[in-house]
Amino acid sequence: MESMSVGLTHFLVLSSLLFSLGIYGILTRKNAVLVLMGVELVLNSANINFIAFSRFGNFGYDGQLMALFVIVLAAAEAAIALAIVLNIYKSFHNVNVDEIDKLKE
Amino acid sequence: MGNIIINDLWSFLKPEIFIAGGIFIILLADLVIRDNRKAIHFTALIILIAAFASALLQMGTESFIFYLGKGNNHGLLAVDPMSTFIKLITIFSTILIVIFTITSEEFKGSKFKSGEFYTLLFGMLLGMLLLSSGADLIIIYVSLELLSLSSYVLAGFIAGSNRSSEASLKYVIYGATSSGIMLFGISILYGLTGTTNLYAIHTILVSPHVNYLTLGLSILMIFIGIGFKISAVPFHFWTPDVYEGSPLPVTAYLSVASKAAGFALLIRFIKVGFISSVGTNGFWNFYENFDWQLFLIILSIASMTVGNLTALWQNNVKRMLAYSSIAHAGYMLLAIAVLSEKGMLAFLVYIAIYMFMNLGAFYAVMLVANKKGNEEISSFAGLGYKNPYLAFGLSIFLISLTGIPPTGGFIGKLYLFIALLDGDMYWPALIALLNTVISLYYYVRIIKEMYLTKALDDTTIETSKTELTFMFALVAPILVFGIYFTPLVNFCTNFVRILGF
Repeated sequence: MESMSVGLTHFLVLSSLLFSLGIYGILTRKNAVLVLMGVELVLNSANINFIAFSRFGNFGYDGQLMALFVIVLAAAEAAIALAIVLNIYKSFHNVNVDEIDKLKE
Repeated sequence: MGNIIINDLWSFLKPEIFIAGGIFIILLADLVIRDNRKAIHFTALIILIAAFASALLQMGTESFIFYLGKGNNHGLLAVDPMSTFIKLITIFSTILIVIFTITSEEFKGSKFKSGEFYTLLFGMLLGMLLLSSGADLIIIYVSLELLSLSSYVLAGFIAGSNRSSEASLKYVIYGATSSGIMLFGISILYGLTGTTNLYAIHTILVSPHVNYLTLGLSILMIFIGIGFKISAVPFHFWTPDVYEGSPLPVTAYLSVASKAAGFALLIRFIKVGFISSVGTNGFWNFYENFDWQLFLIILSIASMTVGNLTALWQNNVKRMLAYSSIAHAGYMLLAIAVLSEKGMLAFLVYIAIYMFMNLGAFYAVMLVANKKGNEEISSFAGLGYKNPYLAFGLSIFLISLTGIPPTGGFIGKLYLFIALLDGDMYWPALIALLNTVISLYYYVRIIKEMYLTKALDDTTIETSKTELTFMFALVAPILVFGIYFTPLVNFCTNFVRILGF
């Protein structure tokens, strides 16, 4: 392998890093919008995996097809989640996930 | 060629076509009919009954739809007896939920947009129908998201209610995270096998070259998405809050239909992806790549134990039923963990009865909450004297949820234990039995509150004749199946098969 060529491993490392960052963001952020950004990172890390596998594994176009579907679904999910966050802001006047806990006994 | 595809669609996808068309019809009806809200409920019911009838008519058919082409004999969707059964369950429970919605007090008034509600409900149902026959990871993920996205909105459907908004926020955060992790698992599985079709994955997993560690990791990640849908421990943290905060018809729907679709996905994933053949004795033979039995037994025992023990401390009946539904997910998971045709039969019998008894219990709780405005256990005090019919119905549902004869719940548990003993699973059977005893305590606590505790106030809890008739229409199958259960079991036996196995 040439020293400068970018192979499958590079993409997998990148996607694992993105995935871990996404999970870290979901677990540590208090603001609901930032939590949702973590979710976007997770979804896009999976997308990188799909495209990298389909490019380097000669698996046909299934992976790229899946990535297209995921992009659309991620947009739909973001739209719905942000609408819900807006709804929360109307009733609680903040969007911190740890302060929205009226449903506990 | 084009005609063949259209004929295929029409002969195998009728329920899905009716529901997808129904979404447009309801959106249009909502625009056209402004003053008569009853017409929308009625339209929804008619579409659902048509879909149910068409699902009944396709009983026994087995076929792939949307072939992948290029000499490939696998398709995107698999119509088979198991998926037809789950479709019947989900469509039937949607019919019952429409009736819940009509009588719900939370959904009264001008703020309730019935057109939007049914559009989302039908979107959810369409997701479940596609999920139960999805044979390709792409369509599985897309339909899972269709189901989830609609249910996030439905959980927060009561405008201006803090509880409802909070429920939808928690649902969307947990749901988006778990489906994201599931997607990452799917991408790893795609990298390992080079295909997204479950049937093609099956042929590739035969080879010993697959890295077991990576495969196990991807299975665990995919299971997070499935476990979230069926609310199995340890993916259950959203369940109590979302069930308590959502409007009651939505809670009841999540606890039955959404769970049934999740189980359909789990069964197809295991049976198509990982077993080599079904033995003559009905047990599934596995490749040595993942210990499904141990994995499922641990999760199911954790689910039933955590669900039942936590339910003991709850004072809100809706929250208590949420924990009880976690426990029931554990029982159903245990039936699948036998990994045999008998276990499948036990699962189908269990979920059919579970649909009647759980929806019935939620309906009776809703009738009380309609008058009281909350679901605290103290609201049930003296119900046995205030409204004997309602209290009697609720008692039957709770006894059936415990699993005491002569109710249907007993038959569900009976077939579960038969399957467990048949598979030589004595320890799990014993733990399930102990769990049933624990669950008796909190179910009977409600019955005790209704008959032995004096009411704190003298508000009457009146129910109309229609509401009572509908409740007893749910009591009847539970009592009938408790004594005369052969027809139900024979009916379920027809639906054990999965396409290809």
